[in-house]
Amino acid sequence: MTDQPIWDWSMAWQVLPDLLLAFVKVTLVVTVLGTIIAAVLGLIIAIVKRSAPQPISGIVAFVVNFIRMTPIVVQLMFAYFAFTSIDPMTIGVVIFGIHYSTYMSEVYRAGIEAVPAGQWEASTALSMSRTRTWVAVVIPQALRATIPALGNYAISMFKDTPFLVAIGVVELVQAGLEFGGNHFRYIEAITLCGVIFLVASYPTSLLVGRLEKRLAFTN
Amino acid sequence: MLSRTDTAPESAAAGGAATAPVIRFDRVQKRFGDNIVLNDLNFEVAKGERVTLIGPSGSGKTTILRLVMTLEEATDGYIYIDGEPLTHELRGGKRVELKEKHKNEVRKRIGMVFQQFNLFPNMTVMENIIEAPVHVLKTPKDAAKRRALELLDQVGLADKADAHPMQLSGGQQQRVAIARALAMDPEILLLDEVTSALDPEIVGEVLAILRDIAKTTDITMLIVTHEMQFARDVSNRVLMFDGGKIVEEASPEVMFTEPKQQRTQEFLSAVLRG
Repeated sequence: MTDQPIWDWSMAWQVLPDLLLAFVKVTLVVTVLGTIIAAVLGLIIAIVKRSAPQPISGIVAFVVNFIRMTPIVVQLMFAYFAFTSIDPMTIGVVIFGIHYSTYMSEVYRAGIEAVPAGQWEASTALSMSRTRTWVAVVIPQALRATIPALGNYAISMFKDTPFLVAIGVVELVQAGLEFGGNHFRYIEAITLCGVIFLVASYPTSLLVGRLEKRLAFTN
Repeated sequence: MLSRTDTAPESAAAGGAATAPVIRFDRVQKRFGDNIVLNDLNFEVAKGERVTLIGPSGSGKTTILRLVMTLEEATDGYIYIDGEPLTHELRGGKRVELKEKHKNEVRKRIGMVFQQFNLFPNMTVMENIIEAPVHVLKTPKDAAKRRALELLDQVGLADKADAHPMQLSGGQQQRVAIARALAMDPEILLLDEVTSALDPEIVGEVLAILRDIAKTTDITMLIVTHEMQFARDVSNRVLMFDGGKIVEEASPEVMFTEPKQQRTQEFLSAVLRG
């Protein structure tokens, strides 16, 4: 114990390629694809809950609550054991997408409710169809208000990706742990995992901020 | 396009004569919960007529415009547009709601300008104006744009086509909203307190445009306003409302100089003093 340095640069350099590879091949892929699914599905859920007739909107609301009230790890493991023919990576993408779509639907709901009644009324006064009103008037305005919150959920999903360990997907942290196990050194690998998360999250949050400005109605 | 305004005889269902009124309220009732806003209301507006509704707030004036625009639905009675039922009709002794498709067809003949403008902030001025002509009336985009520029010129904002609503003053936004409503070539134009949200010195520019439209078109107008001079200038007829009922009905000359009802006298003296 005494002859071991707290930090060993050679170990750090040795583990870095493994980590970056796992980051790009798994963590990034799951986050990007999961976010796309969550963003699209979340919007659909929000619209269905608001405008579908009662039995449908009620059922959707129940399922959404059920998903939101159970941990993502349980959902990952459930899907992993229930659909054994599907590869774990795909399960990860889909479950992350579905799980976060329930949160994102709430963000959209708030955004949709924030669109003033006068906008709906003006659309009616112009004889616009319901669909056209959603597409051309309500959704663009709702999105503007929701972009920051959606971006934050994307970052939050990104930081949840280590849960993929539960279904045996070797993402960033698991790659670090495997390296540690093989070399009996964990500190460099785990520290670098944290650094990689930070380096990736921070620019994303800046990007979200810029997007928010670009979507504002006054330039 | 003009034929649309002259089609009264085609609606046999309402038993309309050749001169069916453009708007007809037949025993219309509107209640919100226990609160009866309009009760047993009957009145007609003839083609090309400009009718102003005055009265204290809460008297049901705005509700009437909202009923015509189908933003609200009457709880009883019938509203006819060109002799055609708007949202409900009497069929076999029963009050039956009409299909959304029918409501849409009738709604296309009606335009509305709102107190709060209600422009779409995510679109430019041009996009606001051509949105409905292109997507509802299926006007080719080029033609819709040409018409929009004409209308913008008419409201004095030809140079603002590419601006966003948030970059415009309240008066400018309201002028765009007027152009947007006119772009649909409505047969009926509903003006709901269109100057109430504007700074006093801007009110004049908006009213000047509306006077111009009243003079140069034959659009039927139903107007709710607190601008009594404007009401006097543009309307053929003034209806005084109180408690959801018509208290008095007269030409503007008579209404504003020698109203007969005491309630009208009180209201007008209060408004004109303010």
